[in-house]
Amino acid sequence: MAEMDTSSGGGHKKGPGVKKGKKMSTRVDLTPMVDLGFLLITFFIFTTTMSQPTAMKLFLPKDVDKPEEQNKVKASAVLTIMLGKNDQVYYYEGDDPAKLQSSNYKAIRDIIIDKKRRTDPKDFVVVLKPTVDATYKNTVNILDEMTIDEVKRFALVDISPVEYTYVQATEKANGIQ
Amino acid sequence: MGRAKLPRKSTNIDMTAMCDVAFLLLSFFILATKFKPPETLKVETPNSVSNKIAPEKDVVMVTLDKDGKVFLSVSDANVAQKKAIIDEVNTAKNLGLTEEEKKNFSNNPTSYIGVPFSQLKSYLSKTPEELKGVVLPGIPVKDTLNNELIEWIHAATSAFFDGNKKMNILLKGDDAAKYPSFKGITDAFKKNDQMKFQMITNPVAVPPGTDLYKTNIATGTKGASS
Repeated sequence: MAEMDTSSGGGHKKGPGVKKGKKMSTRVDLTPMVDLGFLLITFFIFTTTMSQPTAMKLFLPKDVDKPEEQNKVKASAVLTIMLGKNDQVYYYEGDDPAKLQSSNYKAIRDIIIDKKRRTDPKDFVVVLKPTVDATYKNTVNILDEMTIDEVKRFALVDISPVEYTYVQATEKANGIQ
Repeated sequence: MGRAKLPRKSTNIDMTAMCDVAFLLLSFFILATKFKPPETLKVETPNSVSNKIAPEKDVVMVTLDKDGKVFLSVSDANVAQKKAIIDEVNTAKNLGLTEEEKKNFSNNPTSYIGVPFSQLKSYLSKTPEELKGVVLPGIPVKDTLNNELIEWIHAATSAFFDGNKKMNILLKGDDAAKYPSFKGITDAFKKNDQMKFQMITNPVAVPPGTDLYKTNIATGTKGASS
């Protein structure tokens, strides 16, 4: 409460009446400023979009109705990959869909590479046949796989009813819902 | 006793350096930031090794959402093309759109088409506020006989051709979308002789040991060239 300043006056070297300017420290407490800085940093980190989306090019072939205009490929050089439901892949070599085997998106790479190694590069063709159960992600993944394995010739084709029945039978046998 | 007296140190640290770093980072993020556009449609894009940045100019974007619904949008800068597209569709399909309704598509920056032709008039007569929360049916594509995207792409192709601009067709698809919708979209592109299109993906690294990986090391490139 009301205190008397008893210290003033005597005992000082300076004469009476000379007020001593209190020496203030030049240091400022920077803690709040740092707090604010980091708050803004976190805000900008969260709102920023660092990675620009990339785009993958796809060239569609022209539809040819006449069979004589269609490209002929050697049956032995063809690898047909069918995309089923639940991220499952079915493939067969040649032209007999009855020989189909199941695989997945990880294992299919080795199969493609293996087939590519065994086949004459100028004949090698991969035929991709997504079923109605395949997702867009599956389709993009397998197209990407073509880029990764450097398959120069591949085609995205509709699945034939015969092949689809084989796929469905295999799915049933493997218990895939 | 013989205990060494530790000098009592001040607990105050000099914050200046930390403050410098904080603001350096802050200025970096402020400059590097690019705000995400408000997403009206949530789409989870798949990954690919492609490293080509998606174009941003003269874009006709076809969005495929997780339910397989298809939406069409044109980049905001192409107001003239948007107007031409809606004009052409209006004439071709006899929709009887008023100028006001056409403007709703061409001048509205975030607008996209997500309804069949039969509902287009009522869709465009609504303001963006009225459309909030409304579930749109999407443009019909799955039925080959009634693929309305063909008409839209046709209108877009001629609009960009008349404007002497190179049209970039982008497809932004969701991971969970089913293949038939994708096929409907590619069919619509094919019918209009638009054989080139690009799919928006998230970039991922090329898996080591693959042929592409070896080629990239040999040529000193990253990602896929095409």
